[in-house]
Amino acid sequence: MTNHWVDIKNTDLVLIMGGNAAEAHPCGFKWVTEAKAHRKAKLIVVDPRFTRSAAVSDFYAPIRAGTDIAFLGGVINYLLSHDRIHHEYVNSYTDFSFLVKDEFGFEDGIYTGYNPEKRSYDKSTWGYQIGSDGFVVTDPTLQNPRCVYQMMKAHYSRYTPDMVSSICGTPRDDFLKICGMIAETSAPDKAMTVMYALGWTQHTQGSQMIRTAAMVQMLLGNIGVAGGGMNALRGHSNIQGLTDLGLLSNLLPGYMTLPGDGEQDYQTYIDKRAFKPLRPGQLSYWQNYGKFFVSTMKAWYGDAATAENNWAYDWLPKLDKGYDLLQVFENMHQGKVNGYICQGFNPLGSAPCKIKVSNSLAKLKYMVIIDPLATETSEFWQNHGEYNDVDPAKIQTEVFRLPSTCFAEEDGSLVNSGRWLQWHWKAADPPGDAKNDQDIMAGIFLRIREMYRKDGGAFPDPILNLTWKHRQPASPSPEELAKEYSGKALKDVTDPKDATKVLVKAGEQLNGFAELRDDGSTSCGCWIFSGAWSEKGNLMARRDNSDPFGIGQTLNWAFSWPANRRILYNRASCDPSGKPYDPTRKVIAWDAATGKWGGADIPDFKPDSAPEDGMSPFIMNPEGVARFFALDKMAEGPFPEHYEPMESPLAANPLHPKNDKARANPAARVFKDDWATFGKPDKFPYVCTTYRLTEHFHFWTKHVRLDAITQPEQFVEIGEELAREKGIKAGDHVRVKSNRGFIVAVAVVTKRIRTLDVAGKKVHTVGVPIHWGFMGIAKNGYLTNTLTPFVGDANTQTPEFKAFLVDVEKV
Amino acid sequence: MQVTRRQFFRICAAGVGSSSLAALGFAPGEALAEVRTFKLARASETRSTCPYCSVSCGLLIYSLGDGAKNAHKEIIHIEGDPDHPINRGTLCPKGAALLDFVHSPNRLRRPEYRAPGSKEWKPISWDDAFSRIARLMKDDRDKNFIATNEKGETVNRWVSTGMLAASASSNETGYLTQKIARSLGMLAFDNQARV
Repeated sequence: MTNHWVDIKNTDLVLIMGGNAAEAHPCGFKWVTEAKAHRKAKLIVVDPRFTRSAAVSDFYAPIRAGTDIAFLGGVINYLLSHDRIHHEYVNSYTDFSFLVKDEFGFEDGIYTGYNPEKRSYDKSTWGYQIGSDGFVVTDPTLQNPRCVYQMMKAHYSRYTPDMVSSICGTPRDDFLKICGMIAETSAPDKAMTVMYALGWTQHTQGSQMIRTAAMVQMLLGNIGVAGGGMNALRGHSNIQGLTDLGLLSNLLPGYMTLPGDGEQDYQTYIDKRAFKPLRPGQLSYWQNYGKFFVSTMKAWYGDAATAENNWAYDWLPKLDKGYDLLQVFENMHQGKVNGYICQGFNPLGSAPCKIKVSNSLAKLKYMVIIDPLATETSEFWQNHGEYNDVDPAKIQTEVFRLPSTCFAEEDGSLVNSGRWLQWHWKAADPPGDAKNDQDIMAGIFLRIREMYRKDGGAFPDPILNLTWKHRQPASPSPEELAKEYSGKALKDVTDPKDATKVLVKAGEQLNGFAELRDDGSTSCGCWIFSGAWSEKGNLMARRDNSDPFGIGQTLNWAFSWPANRRILYNRASCDPSGKPYDPTRKVIAWDAATGKWGGADIPDFKPDSAPEDGMSPFIMNPEGVARFFALDKMAEGPFPEHYEPMESPLAANPLHPKNDKARANPAARVFKDDWATFGKPDKFPYVCTTYRLTEHFHFWTKHVRLDAITQPEQFVEIGEELAREKGIKAGDHVRVKSNRGFIVAVAVVTKRIRTLDVAGKKVHTVGVPIHWGFMGIAKNGYLTNTLTPFVGDANTQTPEFKAFLVDVEKV
Repeated sequence: MQVTRRQFFRICAAGVGSSSLAALGFAPGEALAEVRTFKLARASETRSTCPYCSVSCGLLIYSLGDGAKNAHKEIIHIEGDPDHPINRGTLCPKGAALLDFVHSPNRLRRPEYRAPGSKEWKPISWDDAFSRIARLMKDDRDKNFIATNEKGETVNRWVSTGMLAASASSNETGYLTQKIARSLGMLAFDNQARV
């Protein structure tokens, strides 16, 4: 979230799209209710199903699963063609006036530089025109046809209300009504918040859906303000924290990235990431990349990381390609993976295409499960009848199942969706001999390290030199680890302007990332968490819920990264002269008397940069402004374009009916053998979408008695019209099948799923909740990933669980 | 005949005939209203965070047992924390049922091992499990570690063993796991944020 849960109360309009907060985040949704009750805010829900969020909305519109870019592109077209945008904001704080390279182009759905064999782009033309001064060339009059504003306007002019309605199946009037409501928030003192979740991420073009919504928010001036923002409602209690800490194949802590094979030279690696400003007077905060990187390497390798060995740069693994979950299962399927460790992760249920996942796991030599519960993955080798029909005798995988603690049995911090790091405490010992995850990781690692110390082996240096300064080596404490990622001074840290002034003494905890150095004098495991545990103590454990500014900021409750900041980009809540656009929801403002920014939040800005200095609010971007034109940052193009889901009921993309390359996402990676597993509408005519229920959490709560009672049995939802066509009554058992397998479940026949008119034909939608499996105390059911295709988003490789094709029949 | 108040009612309920027992003088002694002690008054209160979605509802966990060596704490009740600025004491159906998660019959209690081709789990000690896992990992790493690629560039990666980390685990676990995975040269490494 750019903002945070309580801040939702400050909004005037809520758009829930690609999510269902009332169902999946009920206690956070309470703040929508608060905004409705006390600010007269309105709620819009756009979803293939009339959801629990829709049930309490002011306006609901249906949409075909997977067509959100068409809808939102239509909103952009409406805002631009009706001139309902926040002019000062877009002119001052975005790339509206920036000129794009002349060579860049877009033709019938494909951008310049496409290679159909590789399904990827040469992005060298996707850039700005750079002047002789090294800065981007701009046209403040916005008349130049190559300026971002003109190019965006032309791009989305094709997204007319009729086109939107034809692609999405949303009635034209409903669409226009929503456009009108959204446009109201272009007023400088009005804000809209966008709340989304897996309904946007789990598509082959999920990242671009989110981007399109962010563009809408930028046009309206709704980013950086109280009650605004792009708010990802994340699924797990610490999925934000693990992302922040970089536990993804290509990441280091704090959104630093691992080097690729070609990046052999340390300084080139740093320079490429320490972006120099692209416009005069801009901060471009990533210029400090070297400080973040060196401090992390000092935290990991201590005295062994030196200036001479480039802070152990060569010890980091280098990427020849991405090793995301799908790529790893593909490698496993090809027999290239021998071992797999699942720490609190149930891939047999949560990776796509169960048959492929199951066959892949069976090729492993060894597997280690670390979990509080008996997961399906831990028994992938066991025959569980129709739900997991395998022959254990044929599966030669050694499996270890190690019991770990649950939340109630450990100390530590979690990062919520709003970036708050909150500490929790142990209430009891775990059952039986279960151990906490730190002890389990230490138990395995210390034995590996001992073997390398004794016997040697492949490149032991990083293993032998990994810092391990724990009072009890076999049991690293959460306090020690938290202090390590928060950071400390290894030598006295002095003021860069006055070397005699010591800011932090050697050995002390740092106050924040501004104190990090690239000379090896500071150690910090995760720069964005820096200051969470300072000399003042564990700020994550703070419990002062007072709200002196009345907009729900509670700055002394826990710690919010970065720097305890609650609303990102908050400089953009003020006009260029430093006055809040809405004084009644003031986040920060420029105080000329003190020469500082301040207010109800930590300024997301250089705190003493006066408005007349001309520094722009988006300090992490080298341009200083937000980008409508994404340069080379996205796989499928600088402006989001609608493509059909990989499996779609339409034979062609209505925007590009004659170009088969532009039917589905041209940059989505598909493994060779998986093409044959995709289904076609002649055999699988219905759109299927998977989702969650408020009574269940993924695959955990079928192990929980009360939750198993409230939703005891697997079901699917179908609309009344489809039920009539198929002769299905509520309560009948139905088989839902895709080209990859089938599930059998009870049919719920409902008015909540409408049949849509899409490109001149009727399209039915089938809804499948995900929560059942063959382990647990609820009634057993089929893992729903039996149905889903093995393909992911072109940027993140998040699997397409939200839009694929099925057939339905009465059993 | 000594009859408690409770037995008295039971006898009376048995039939009209026995209701005359009272008339015969078998009335219980003085009827005292028993006040059940409020269980939470004896419990210790621990602040926590709901482990499910990312709203981060504040929790109060109540456990019995004073934590002395032979008095293990037992969690008896979990409710929303009214001081928490986000949930203000409220919980959803999942959060309200957390006690049944903590005490689920499917909680794993001891390390188990499934041999190749076997149909069953066998118990294994922590020490044996750690040693065997470490041996398998080291052997695989030593055999398949890639120090340089075909161009002779230093790459130091190990991609024949992978790991999925838990996004319901703490930052401290995540940080330690990240450090260990990268020191081994692991790249086939993700968490639930990918799905």
